[in-house]
Amino acid sequence: MCKGWSALLLLAAALAAQSPKYHVGRAPTSDEIKAWDISVLPDGTGLPEGKGSAVEGKALYESRCQKCHGAKGEGGDYEQPIAGGKDTLKTPKPIKSVGSYWPYATTVWDYVNRAMPFDRPETLTHDQVYSAVAYVLFLNGLVGEKDVLDAKSLPLIKMPNRDGFVKDPRPDVAAPSKKKGS
Amino acid sequence: MKKSNRRRFLEITALGGTLAACKTGGKVEEPAPSRLGKPVSAYGERAPFEKAARWTRTTRTPEQASSNTPHQDLNGIVTPSSLHYERHHAGVPRIDPAEHRLLIHGMVERPLIFTMDELHRLPSVSKIYFLECAGNTSSEWPEKTAPDVQQSHGLASCSEWTGVPLSLVLAECGVKPGASWILAEGADPCRMSRSVPLAKCLDDVLLAYGQNGEAIRPEQGYPLRLFVPGWEGNISVKWLRRIKVGDQPTYTRDETSKYTDLMPDGTARQFTFEMEAKSVITYPSGGQKLSGPGFCEVKGVAWSGRGRIERVECSTDGGKTWKDAQLQEPRLRIAFTRFRFPWNWDGSEALLVSRCTDETGYVQPSKEELIAVRGLHSNYHYNGTKVWKVAADGSVSNV
Ligand code: HEC
Repeated sequence: MCKGWSALLLLAAALAAQSPKYHVGRAPTSDEIKAWDISVLPDGTGLPEGKGSAVEGKALYESRCQKCHGAKGEGGDYEQPIAGGKDTLKTPKPIKSVGSYWPYATTVWDYVNRAMPFDRPETLTHDQVYSAVAYVLFLNGLVGEKDVLDAKSLPLIKMPNRDGFVKDPRPDVAAPSKKKGS
Repeated sequence: MKKSNRRRFLEITALGGTLAACKTGGKVEEPAPSRLGKPVSAYGERAPFEKAARWTRTTRTPEQASSNTPHQDLNGIVTPSSLHYERHHAGVPRIDPAEHRLLIHGMVERPLIFTMDELHRLPSVSKIYFLECAGNTSSEWPEKTAPDVQQSHGLASCSEWTGVPLSLVLAECGVKPGASWILAEGADPCRMSRSVPLAKCLDDVLLAYGQNGEAIRPEQGYPLRLFVPGWEGNISVKWLRRIKVGDQPTYTRDETSKYTDLMPDGTARQFTFEMEAKSVITYPSGGQKLSGPGFCEVKGVAWSGRGRIERVECSTDGGKTWKDAQLQEPRLRIAFTRFRFPWNWDGSEALLVSRCTDETGYVQPSKEELIAVRGLHSNYHYNGTKVWKVAADGSVSNV
């Protein structure tokens, strides 16, 4: 991505060996870390216990999500669709939804857990988050209505656009052909 | 009588000094020292005649929205904090600095929690850096472009940022071998989170608490934000509460669903961090009007996430011919550079455009060159040149 980074990584190794210089700050307890650490990795690391399917997710979605995202995830108060758009990415009207665009199902869990419902974030139980995610994936045709999602099954879902992402090749646009000083 | 004359004088002055005063044709009276002015005050306010304001488009979810800097009203390179652009994903949280904590954990020898007071005790630096939303200028991809520079380029601003180098704090924690990324997380209701390569963190990333000499504004992440110089604004996570060191990106929603760039072949570029060189003419610009032919100093700003601006050229014929603009010193790396270009307008239609070159030799492309490579749907990271049309009647518009 950027030249000179390997040198910096060596520096990182050097940092590890360093002992603290300023002795400012305190050590957190493991409970404190556990309470704050809500992020989830693509392999499922960080997913908590709990489970849910689209069957339970339906009622939750209708009462807590539908107003902003539409009955079928097509968009509501928040206009961008979270479902649909299959095979549209190459077309003149690409639709970037959870199903058509997102590379990892774990990201849906992580995001709904931290940020949704938009008007009352972090009010869903873990079971409710699994159910809501199951329903969103169901709307996208990626899980069956009765498929139960939990910390084991969620990371196994292969998202259609999983391999759709490429590295940043910039600078990619050639400079205009002109002589220096013209 | 005397009083009202004086008020008129003040208003005229505010409208642009002698020029406006001449137009009224009346005799300009010296303000009489007949009345005392306002006493000293605890926190300053701008002159009541000044109306520059951020602009925002209407939305049904205003907490998930942005507001744009009025470049057409600004001088120099520092954006007033009150006019710095905003981009929030769940509104501006109200955070008591006495309660705020930063947790650093993950692949570190010693996880640490810092209070704001503790962070203020650590060695600090101040740097002038621009900040630009990845979506700035995305108005320019379609055929119909933005009518003024605030709408087209207002999601970029420039401030002096003060804080603690992240490398210093990471050294306190002791990064474990094998670590290569961090996750930065905000305390806003959506817990904004982004992955940042560790190498960048050890290079120039700041834990910033100061902006333009005072505490960072609430809209900019009070009391603490990550500041990642030269990279898309979203990654400079505001209201920073947690850094987790790891060996891979987390692939959060804002680095998968958003802030990735869709190409015509259906693939999307991921981790498009750098903001490439960009420049724009702020005067005369869309929505303004020149009162008549004659001298006019063309002004604008240029910046590059890859370093210093080395050159800005201006054209008055839509890019057929170019001449060098003057660059205001000091030219700082990853900061706005103000440029100026003396122009004698002959009163005929003109197409004003600027293009910049940064220290890597990269030249700002035209809209056509950009679209030829990236198509029309990558949304983010537009940095093409912007053309303003000056009509024979002096009115300036987008093309
Ligand atoms: C009050 C309106 C509202 C409600 C209710 C709501 N959302 Fe959202 N949702 C939004 C907004 C606004 C965004 C975009 C936020 C942003 O861009 O930062 C969003 C984003 C999302 C996204 C990501 C979309 C994308 O393209 O990246 C998903 C997935 C989502 N919501 C799921 C849900 C679920 C599931 C629920 C119910 C549990 C829910 N939302 C409830 C307003 C809402």
